[in-house]
Amino acid sequence: MAEPVRTPDERPERETRLIGTPFRRVDGRAKVTGVTRFADDLSFPRMCHMRLVRSTMPHARIVKIDTREAAQVPGVLGFLTGKSMPNTFGILPVSEDEHALCPDKVRMVGDPVAAVAAVTEDAAFEAALKVRVEYEPLTTISSIEEALATPEPRIHDYSRAGGNIHKLASLEFGDVEGAFADADLLLEDFCYYEGNTHLAMEQHAAVALPEDVDRVTVYSSTQTPHYVHRALSKVLDIPASRIRVIACPNGGGFGGKSDPFNHEIVAAKMALHLGRPVKIVLTREEVFYCHRGRHPVQMWLKTGFKKDGTITGQHLKSALDGGAYGSYGVASTYYTGALQTVTYKLPHYRFDGVRTYTNKPPCGPKRGHGTPQPRFAWEIHLDKAAHALGIDPADLRIKNLEEPETVTANWLKVGTIGLGKCIEAVVEGSGWRERYGKLPEGRGLGLACGAYLCGAGLPIYWNHMPQSGVQLLLDRSGRVAVFCGETEIGQGSDSVLAAVVAEVLGVDLNDIRLCVGDTDLTPVDLGSYSSRVTLMMGNAAIEAAERAREMLASAVAEQLEIPKDRLVFAERRVFDTEDPERGVDFADACIAAEARFGTLGTVGSYTPPRSPGRFKGAGVGPSPTYSYSACVMEVEVDPATGLYRPIHVWIAHDIGRSINPVLVLGQVEGSVYMGLGEAMMEEQVFRRLPKRLSGALVHKMPSMLEYKSPTFHEMPPVTSYLIEDPDVRGPFGAKEVGQGPLLPVPPALANAIFDAVGVRIDQIPIQPHMILKALDAKRQGAEPRYGPTSFPELDFGELIKVATPAEGGDGRASDELQRKRQESKRATSGTMAERDEALKGKKDLTTR
Amino acid sequence: MLTESSTLTLTINGEERRVAFPTHHTLLEVLREECGLTGTKHGCELGECGTCTVLVDDKPVLSCLALAAEMEGRRIETVEGMQEANELDPLQRTFADLGAAQCGYCTPAILLTARALLDHNPDPTEAETRAALAGVLCRCTGYIKILQAVEGAAAIRRGEDWTPPDDVLYGDPPGTPTGPAAEDTANG
Ligand code: FES
Ligand code: FES
Repeated sequence: MAEPVRTPDERPERETRLIGTPFRRVDGRAKVTGVTRFADDLSFPRMCHMRLVRSTMPHARIVKIDTREAAQVPGVLGFLTGKSMPNTFGILPVSEDEHALCPDKVRMVGDPVAAVAAVTEDAAFEAALKVRVEYEPLTTISSIEEALATPEPRIHDYSRAGGNIHKLASLEFGDVEGAFADADLLLEDFCYYEGNTHLAMEQHAAVALPEDVDRVTVYSSTQTPHYVHRALSKVLDIPASRIRVIACPNGGGFGGKSDPFNHEIVAAKMALHLGRPVKIVLTREEVFYCHRGRHPVQMWLKTGFKKDGTITGQHLKSALDGGAYGSYGVASTYYTGALQTVTYKLPHYRFDGVRTYTNKPPCGPKRGHGTPQPRFAWEIHLDKAAHALGIDPADLRIKNLEEPETVTANWLKVGTIGLGKCIEAVVEGSGWRERYGKLPEGRGLGLACGAYLCGAGLPIYWNHMPQSGVQLLLDRSGRVAVFCGETEIGQGSDSVLAAVVAEVLGVDLNDIRLCVGDTDLTPVDLGSYSSRVTLMMGNAAIEAAERAREMLASAVAEQLEIPKDRLVFAERRVFDTEDPERGVDFADACIAAEARFGTLGTVGSYTPPRSPGRFKGAGVGPSPTYSYSACVMEVEVDPATGLYRPIHVWIAHDIGRSINPVLVLGQVEGSVYMGLGEAMMEEQVFRRLPKRLSGALVHKMPSMLEYKSPTFHEMPPVTSYLIEDPDVRGPFGAKEVGQGPLLPVPPALANAIFDAVGVRIDQIPIQPHMILKALDAKRQGAEPRYGPTSFPELDFGELIKVATPAEGGDGRASDELQRKRQESKRATSGTMAERDEALKGKKDLTTR
Repeated sequence: MLTESSTLTLTINGEERRVAFPTHHTLLEVLREECGLTGTKHGCELGECGTCTVLVDDKPVLSCLALAAEMEGRRIETVEGMQEANELDPLQRTFADLGAAQCGYCTPAILLTARALLDHNPDPTEAETRAALAGVLCRCTGYIKILQAVEGAAAIRRGEDWTPPDDVLYGDPPGTPTGPAAEDTANG
């Protein structure tokens, strides 16, 4: 691998021409003319259709699968069951707990047990209905409490935490008890954030083409073709080099198409089995079973404050209802704790997290992945603290703002922080200073902030390779072909890729041809998740384009007999800055370079910097830099009915630098919308059927009609501010925008409701009956609040203590303490709480 | 299983074509499968999301609920018929320019519904546009860029000189109260 031309922070400073302007997205025309080909829009000669037979039981052993009657349906071509694919898969190497088709046990309603292919989709549907599956029911586990209280039967038996606990995490940075002792005000809160789902408008679809006996191509609506590629190789037992995955443009993703899915793998197997193309399009109901949406999370939060508002420390506990499979769950668990430290100075911090298995569709990454839940808790908690301390909520936040370019207590290296400017913008825009606390009864303002990653610092499987690669091929026509594994899911990644290359080479967007998301043709990019694409792919694209520019510049400089560094690339020309008339067309520059160097091609890649944390769990949370957002919401509440309506949203986002402001705004507005949907109405909930109807645990609303999401009517006007403070780590200074602006929205709503009617709703979604109950409580002199009042009792396992940077730590867990713990583990079978008790008073070990 | 099939003449985007299809198939299926017009999308096939909207005799219709067999002699319009030769319709133009099509999956339905609106109401208020489009869900845009794009297209269709306002392209400049805050300031 060639050495990078330049590391991201030592790029030449040049004026930009395209970057920062609102250009039409490169796929815009295709999308408004119906030309964009989504996965279900593809068809191939001899293509047949596949359906999955899905479990009707939430937890059961499969006794028998009988396909005899189904096989009689005219047009049926073949069946598959779990026996044909014994290898498991899963997005995280630590939880490869899924089967393409369940071989012996189902863990949720909707688990796939068999597949049928037929000449027509109708026949496949009919045959799937006629496959008889006999089950032997097992105890069903429906909630976090039930999972903790029901160690047997185990939904999965591989987790080291035992019972139906998937993951335990316990981390302490600094000395939280000491911080609490120093505080003037200690605040405690119980909060709950309901699960919800992505509801991308496009139903997942995949088409598989057999290329040879052991070679297959899969087109899919996936955000992560690279991970699908790996999963296919593992389950089909075929070398990855013989599998091609092509990610079609996604009709929305939001994290819901980031896992490899059983239907993609089964389609590939079926195509190889039948020797003809196989298509599967999920029904909307099936999309609800794929899920991977927001985890329902219970939280307990305790924070210490000084009288002047200074935060002394925080302890957060979170319990996640993971559903039936691992998915991204280990990462999700850590994410419910990791980003509490990057917005405000938090010198001492402890996080305890648990993820349980339940017999429901698996939860995973939805926009904000694991962070909106604790962000909600943190921001409503801060609002309460501000009231208790008599400090304006905006001032309390400003006072505690995290310092840019520092390392937080939990060892996250933060970059630029535009949060102060974001708060200022929404405070001014909303007239906060004049209006907060002063609006008439029933009307209120609420403020909240948030932060998000610009790409996860670590890849999903451990490796030292780049996280994004870009390749350019230029030819004598002046056409620049750009190859990258990135996936367009609507967020505008194609436009970022094209714009970055066009900017560096001074060509038009129409001179650029993209080839993306194709594992046969494009360099690996890990996918559209964790808000990584603009930063990582952008940097890789700049590197590739700078290398191409270098070659063109050498050739043109020779031809014009002027020094290379006097050349400008703009307006499809390469010319002398001192004499703009003197120059060549871009195509002629390509000709000169092709003559000088041969066929023109370059590559670029990006690997994030190593993060300073070295303890177990330090892999989740690091990012090259973080984006920040602040939101003020105005709401109107009817105290008689509890009905409420957001009237206006002001949102400011720290974008670093906009690659394309109009697309950035689209992401901001879309995030506000999705945050509002979660805050107001969206919930993925379940109910038990009566005993006589099997007692099964079923999805309450696997339909778009029942799963309420905001329409044109519910969406309030939004005033957006783009705060530009370029971060050298981002391409042209850009940070992420796809996820961050969602984060402050739910807590801003809760805080606004408090300002309007003086009650606290400590859970999401906020429903009118909750407001009414809280108002009742208020009238009766009880706590004017609605929300959970407890957190599950449990042992979070081994506490990892890490000294903070301020304490002179080195990012590692305290070895001395770990040794002691090992000893005490050996010596006693006591609970973790007992072990911690035994170790109390040894705090000096961590504080050095 | 139903195997009966129909053969009839459908008028799609002004072009007549003979189409054979299983009689129970919906207009959505026939457009996408028999006619190869995959610009029409689907999000539920149950009449819940609006993604499959096409125009039938100038009115928005959920093609997943309409039987193709009932479409003889009716004028069906899909997104593929919106542009004029190689020129985009004003709605298509403003949607593309403002990023009102993000993933683009709801876009055909919204474009057609908006066209039906503007055809009978060339200058709709924002509330009228919201009401007309409310049957189609969009998960990407928060509907805001869509409303702005419809407003722009309506102006262009009325022959006005329309360029997107700065706040639509760049966001608001910080420093001035907006929305209810501006009203409150104005009201003293
Ligand atoms: S596809 Fe959802 S309404 Fe027709
Ligand atoms: S643009 Fe994606 S659903 Fe509307």
